[in-house]
Amino acid sequence: MSDAPGRTPMIEVRGARKAFGAAEVLRGIDLTVGRGEIVAIIGPSGSGKSTLLRAINHLETLDAGEIRLDGRRVNLPLRGRAFERHVNALRRQIGMVFQQFNLFPHLSVLDNLALAPMRARGLDRQEARALATTYLERVHIPEQAQKYPAQLSGGQQQRVAIARALCMRPKIMLFDEPTSALDPEMIKEVLDVMVELAEDGMTMIVVTHEMGFAREVADTIAFMDHGRIVEALPPAQFFTAARTERAQLFLSRILGH
Amino acid sequence: MGLDFTVLADYRGVLALGAWWTAVLTLAAAALSLGAGILVALALLHGPRWLALPVRGLAGLFMGTPLLLQLFLIYFGLAQLGIDIPVLAAGILGLGLHFAAYNAEVIRAGIGALEAGQAEAARSLGLSRMQAMRHVILPQALRDTAPPLGGNMIALLKESSLVSVIGITELVHAAQRGISETYRPFEFYIAAAAVYYVLNLLMEAALGRIERRAEASR
Amino acid sequence: MDIGLIARLLPHFLQAAGLTILISTLALALGLAVAAGIAAARLSPSRVLRGFGAAYVSLIRGTPCLIQLFLIYFGGPQVGITPGPFAAGVIGLGLNIAAYMAEAIRGAILAVDRGQSEAARSLGFSRGQAMRRVILPQAARLMIRPLGVNAIALVKGSSLVATISVVELTYTAQRLIGSTYRPFEVFGIAALLYLVIIHTLRRGIDRLDRAYAPG
Repeated sequence: MSDAPGRTPMIEVRGARKAFGAAEVLRGIDLTVGRGEIVAIIGPSGSGKSTLLRAINHLETLDAGEIRLDGRRVNLPLRGRAFERHVNALRRQIGMVFQQFNLFPHLSVLDNLALAPMRARGLDRQEARALATTYLERVHIPEQAQKYPAQLSGGQQQRVAIARALCMRPKIMLFDEPTSALDPEMIKEVLDVMVELAEDGMTMIVVTHEMGFAREVADTIAFMDHGRIVEALPPAQFFTAARTERAQLFLSRILGH
Repeated sequence: MGLDFTVLADYRGVLALGAWWTAVLTLAAAALSLGAGILVALALLHGPRWLALPVRGLAGLFMGTPLLLQLFLIYFGLAQLGIDIPVLAAGILGLGLHFAAYNAEVIRAGIGALEAGQAEAARSLGLSRMQAMRHVILPQALRDTAPPLGGNMIALLKESSLVSVIGITELVHAAQRGISETYRPFEFYIAAAAVYYVLNLLMEAALGRIERRAEASR
Repeated sequence: MDIGLIARLLPHFLQAAGLTILISTLALALGLAVAAGIAAARLSPSRVLRGFGAAYVSLIRGTPCLIQLFLIYFGGPQVGITPGPFAAGVIGLGLNIAAYMAEAIRGAILAVDRGQSEAARSLGFSRGQAMRRVILPQAARLMIRPLGVNAIALVKGSSLVATISVVELTYTAQRLIGSTYRPFEVFGIAALLYLVIIHTLRRGIDRLDRAYAPG
């Protein structure tokens, strides 16, 4: 992996467990993501991929295990105000992109991007809007700044969502099936932005069904099934020489041979 | 004796002043009912558990009993407790709290109808619960519930007539003054009704504009 | 909390609650009858009738019930009508709620009408037959909830007749607050009685709604 020697990994997950009622969704997950590393998490639906991603951002609370971001514990046994302060500080360092975009429909594109820098990082309006404009350019839609989300195509909305997360200058970006809600002709424009992000050295965890993207961009492919990471390999090895039967079965289904 | 609407002419000023106070009273109570309605909705959704039960009980009491009875209680009850507030303030308080209970119900439903993704997106950007509520959730909930909230405000305008019974000199009270001097209730109540009708139309027009603007930002 | 006081007041209140129930029931009956007529007018092919129905609904809903009540009770004598307080109360409340109930009835009919009416007509039913046999039976069920909401509003609104000296719950409460100087106890009893009446009414509406549930 791409870690410089002696430096802590960006994300470390150890023994993560989570159940919703009787359903065990995560059954002991270990995962290490180095700085600048890109991990694609693949696997059948219901295998716990999204839950893992949401746990890293503390949108879900683990039942057991621990998660570290840049050496600092994510899941601390805090309550009340202390917990609130902890997760807010943490989430500012983690960018998250959702399947359904989750843009704020009542705000213009520019204000969608400027809101968190203003409120959570204390920038004034002018600074926040300048920052927002910079990142809109990064995702190639500066001309849409004054529009409302509903006026944009799905691909444009998802690019705005990526820019919105980048505005907080996160240490890591989490993508939860970012192209699954898109029409086929819009998938590429979103993936292109993600590729550029990867080339700039962003640490990324991407839950995806886009095997082409996983193969070409990811450093590591983690295959999840029934709440466990069954295999984690570089793409070249994974696609040609997956060791487990379940991974082989999944690949044969999804690649259609 | 036949009807004679010309008697109204001498009371134009009295009626206009009454209409003015009805408008002031309605707007003040509307503002209170929205502000308090938001607080009640938030208390029920996110407040501590010990607060939810009494708040729900009070809201139920405000919605389950007549406004007129509540006005009498506020008017006589505050005096009993030794709290001396102007009668106008008592009227605004009674109307405002009564409609706050209804508004809270609407706003709570509006917040509940928003997708969970909105709060999650806001929180995942590092906004606090309060910030997410104030900048992301509430603006959308209020926008989505503008029509029923507007309906409540129209009802408030009409119900504001009840505060005449505790002696606030609004429109009904102004009409009654004219009646006491001319003994012509029919003419004066028709005149008061006409003024309410016009105020109602103005309010509907204003609410329509607000709703269209809210609709535009979807 | 003075139990003795409450025991002394209770008989007055129970009698007053009886009057609140009576006046609400009579106003509800009048209101439903007028509402059916207004709804029919608003849905009729005649332009004049439609205009009359729309004007009625707009004027009644655009002005306070209290003024309507005063107009009937205090203004009536000037135009040759001299109702007592109770009759004025029933008429005023009934005519007021009729405007709201007419809209509930009309809304329910329109909700069913689309499609169903055409289907019935294509089977050879006349307009009247289609309404009676196809539209109304379905619309009746849709009306229960909105009419129920209006009935509950009517019970609370019946307090307005206190202002024309009908000795119902709110009038009694007002008088007893004045004579006992115990506003909270008096209010408590009156509020409780209103809550009981409304709760009972709500359960009745729920039952009716379930009884007419399809299937």
